[in-house]
Amino acid sequence: MGAFMARFGKRIVVILPLTWLALFFLMPLVETVQVSFTTARRSVPPYAPLWGFEDGAFFTNFNLENYALLFEYWQDYLGPAANSVRLAFFATLVCLLFAYPMAWWIARSSARMRTILLVLVMLPFWTSSLLRLYALIGLLNPNGFINSVLMYIGLIDQPIGMMQTDFSIYMGMVLTYLPLMILPLYATMVRLDGDLIEAAADLGGSRFHIFATVILPLTVPGIIAGSLLVFIPAVGEFVVPALLGGPDQLMIGKVLWTEFFRNRDWPVAASLAMLLIAILTVPIIYARYQDGRQDEAEAHKLGDASS
Amino acid sequence: MKQGIGWLSLTMGVLGFGLLYLPITVMIAYSFNAGKLVSVWAGFSTKWYASLLHNDQLLSAFGKSLWVAFWAANISTIFGILIAIAFVRFGNFRFRLGLSALASAPLVMPEVVTGLSMLLLFIAMEAMFGWPSGRGIDTIIIAHATFGMCFAAVVIQARLRDFDQALEDAACDLGARQPFIFLSITLPIIAPAVIAAWLLAFTLSFDDLVIASFVSGPGSSTLPIVVFAKVRLGVTPEINALATMMIAVVAISVISASIIMHRRLANKTE
Amino acid sequence: MAPFIRLQNVTKNFADVNAVNDLSLDIEQGELFCLLGASGCGKSTLLRMLAGFETPTSGRIEIDGQDMADVSPADRPVNMMFQSYALFPHMTVASNIAYGLRRAGMQGAELDARVDSLIKLVRLDGLASRKPHKLSGGQRQRVALARALARQPKLLLLDEPLAALDKKLREDTQFELVDIQEKLGTTFIVVTHDQEEAMTLATRIGIMDQGCLEQVDAPRVLYERPKNSFVANFLGTATFITGTVTKIDGAFLHVDGACPTVVYLDPKSDRIAPKLGATVTLAIRPEKIHLTRTKTGQQNESMVIIEDIAYLGVASNYRVKRDDGLLFKLQQTHGQREKTPLEWEEKGFVHFDPADVIMLED
Repeated sequence: MGAFMARFGKRIVVILPLTWLALFFLMPLVETVQVSFTTARRSVPPYAPLWGFEDGAFFTNFNLENYALLFEYWQDYLGPAANSVRLAFFATLVCLLFAYPMAWWIARSSARMRTILLVLVMLPFWTSSLLRLYALIGLLNPNGFINSVLMYIGLIDQPIGMMQTDFSIYMGMVLTYLPLMILPLYATMVRLDGDLIEAAADLGGSRFHIFATVILPLTVPGIIAGSLLVFIPAVGEFVVPALLGGPDQLMIGKVLWTEFFRNRDWPVAASLAMLLIAILTVPIIYARYQDGRQDEAEAHKLGDASS
Repeated sequence: MKQGIGWLSLTMGVLGFGLLYLPITVMIAYSFNAGKLVSVWAGFSTKWYASLLHNDQLLSAFGKSLWVAFWAANISTIFGILIAIAFVRFGNFRFRLGLSALASAPLVMPEVVTGLSMLLLFIAMEAMFGWPSGRGIDTIIIAHATFGMCFAAVVIQARLRDFDQALEDAACDLGARQPFIFLSITLPIIAPAVIAAWLLAFTLSFDDLVIASFVSGPGSSTLPIVVFAKVRLGVTPEINALATMMIAVVAISVISASIIMHRRLANKTE
Repeated sequence: MAPFIRLQNVTKNFADVNAVNDLSLDIEQGELFCLLGASGCGKSTLLRMLAGFETPTSGRIEIDGQDMADVSPADRPVNMMFQSYALFPHMTVASNIAYGLRRAGMQGAELDARVDSLIKLVRLDGLASRKPHKLSGGQRQRVALARALARQPKLLLLDEPLAALDKKLREDTQFELVDIQEKLGTTFIVVTHDQEEAMTLATRIGIMDQGCLEQVDAPRVLYERPKNSFVANFLGTATFITGTVTKIDGAFLHVDGACPTVVYLDPKSDRIAPKLGATVTLAIRPEKIHLTRTKTGQQNESMVIIEDIAYLGVASNYRVKRDDGLLFKLQQTHGQREKTPLEWEEKGFVHFDPADVIMLED
């Protein structure tokens, strides 16, 4: 056993996950590309095979109609795609707006408070996000909690329309993604040397000035990491627009779902998946690039320490 | 002048926590509402909890979700450990770039894409090999394990990087070889991170709606699928009760875990 | 008979950095050998190559006649005591010590007895079921030692074993370490940067600098007859004088230069006598330079002014200067100082015996 492990151990450790991921992550994407080039039809599965042999002759159903469709009916497809980017972008900003002060609060608290606050941040994350979004509906509905309370107090006499608006989408996104924005920010802030701030104050800086020139620049890595962590999945988000969005908040994730489950047009759904990946390619590559720079910085620190 | 926390941070902080917790709080309160609507308080009642316990559909979905999450977490953790070992210990091995790309892409890929693509793969595989025959619990487990292992790997990698390799060297010097060194020395020491990774994979699986919707089949509806269908139709107070119970379980577990960790750390520094 | 441990032309390169440079060394069985050098000199790399954690880029390592190429650390008759101790935090003291024994197949009563005897050897009685985080630094060090001795290795490597201990504890532990080594007869190789430690522990010391061995000798020889100025300066201090040989009078050399000196060359020593007109570097140890208030008329005498005195309790270190700027570093014991109580900025005379002058090879 020992000799076997010595020779093959390393290879097994790499090959096992590599094979799984190649098979169950990479191949599916390959398959999706293929399906995006065929046509839908009434069959099981509901699309024509991309290629095959019939009566000994090779045939193919390759066509670009699905992609043509995306452009032809651009209001139904490219519109929501642009909408997704817009909504995801502003949702990320709103998340940042809440997460930055919260992360600062946690980072500057005593060790004991920090643990408690972090647990409070992570606790909702461990409970079903679906149920929490459901609860949000109950809050924002015309006959929901907030409207009922406001009308009961007498502040308003007509319910405020909060559902199926950009606002409800942003609230839903924040509810889902806030911890993902807080954690990288917190990680950066907690490493911030308090002496820098004191030195700046000592040299006569106002609070705002210190923030703008010392704190903000040093927390930029955290801002970038958190923003990417929120923006990228938010673009393809389905549940939030499905539960909280109206026709003006149509996002590409929901369009894909509708094409797949309602229209049973799998090839178009596949082409939408490709569109989604295309939109996200640049941010994903940027995120990987940032990861790489982080790794390098860490490796450098380790390299200098060894003697 | 000491830069403390500042009133701005505190205000936004309170607002932020409010946003996170207000929906849950209202939901818990109204799970005890005798009436159906959120807008009207019709008195205190636990009838929704009773009716929940008789709701076979919800209960069976709950059980399926537990089963799927359990096995998805197991596979995720084991493979996550393998990925972490490869990246932290193996230097520049042959497929490093490939494994790195494959192990980080699922972290950012939109769920609709992973869900759709995995379903297409399962169909193609069924056509070619006859397996998997139809979609069901197995395909959901495979799908969840696939993205789960990537998250698990991130958690375990972070811990493994800080692990003092001198300990493994000492074990080797004393006559041990791999994998015994890993099992007897490394694993017990990084156990908290492994457990955290398992819980993370479990939660992600239990909570997943989109991917499960794509790759599930008849009779394998998980809890999120059932809840989503119900929510579409309208308010069901039983869901309030279900949510409250789940939150209670999670809150108790997290708080007890924190207390245990706190005690262990206090013990160590004696 | 071949030496117990033989390193032949061992070189180790990391990327473009050379850590060990064509090093050859023989070590006898039962020695307590010290590798002494500053950080970065390659001593730790050499130790790791002996343990098997690094492979030499070129060269050969033999232990008890067996070539260690391709032999993993687990299979070598070598054990190592790590600088950070590397105790397994999730195991008790007893389990830590037993780990290697279990790997060797020992079990049951035999195992327990052996663990007990080791605990007694390092004086950790009563602590068998404690975990490392509940032990003091000194206690942890003993566990590391016991664990490394458990398998009765032919060679024990110790990486800066006393570095983490405070001074008092270090002194006591030094003697204990020597006792244990003499009792067991195991060959020890200790790596350290502390010259006092090396002098106390070692039967022989190898001084390393930039990947090479400068000199390998018993501590006394290293101190009294250093080969070059690096060794002379590394082990203790010295006053250095350069000059040219102007006259050879039998076994006596007259060297002229900064300070005219008469040197007595021991005909029994294996140093090659320099020729007339050659440039030489001389060194004199501080305790060999004598301070007097008045001129004595002895050989190698100079008039000096006291520049600095450092009182160290047992002795005092002086820096005294001649007219032409040459600085002598000398040491007087407490007793000597009482006899010649010269203070700052006073005038005095120093002299030293020609036989006490060390001729360096560089």
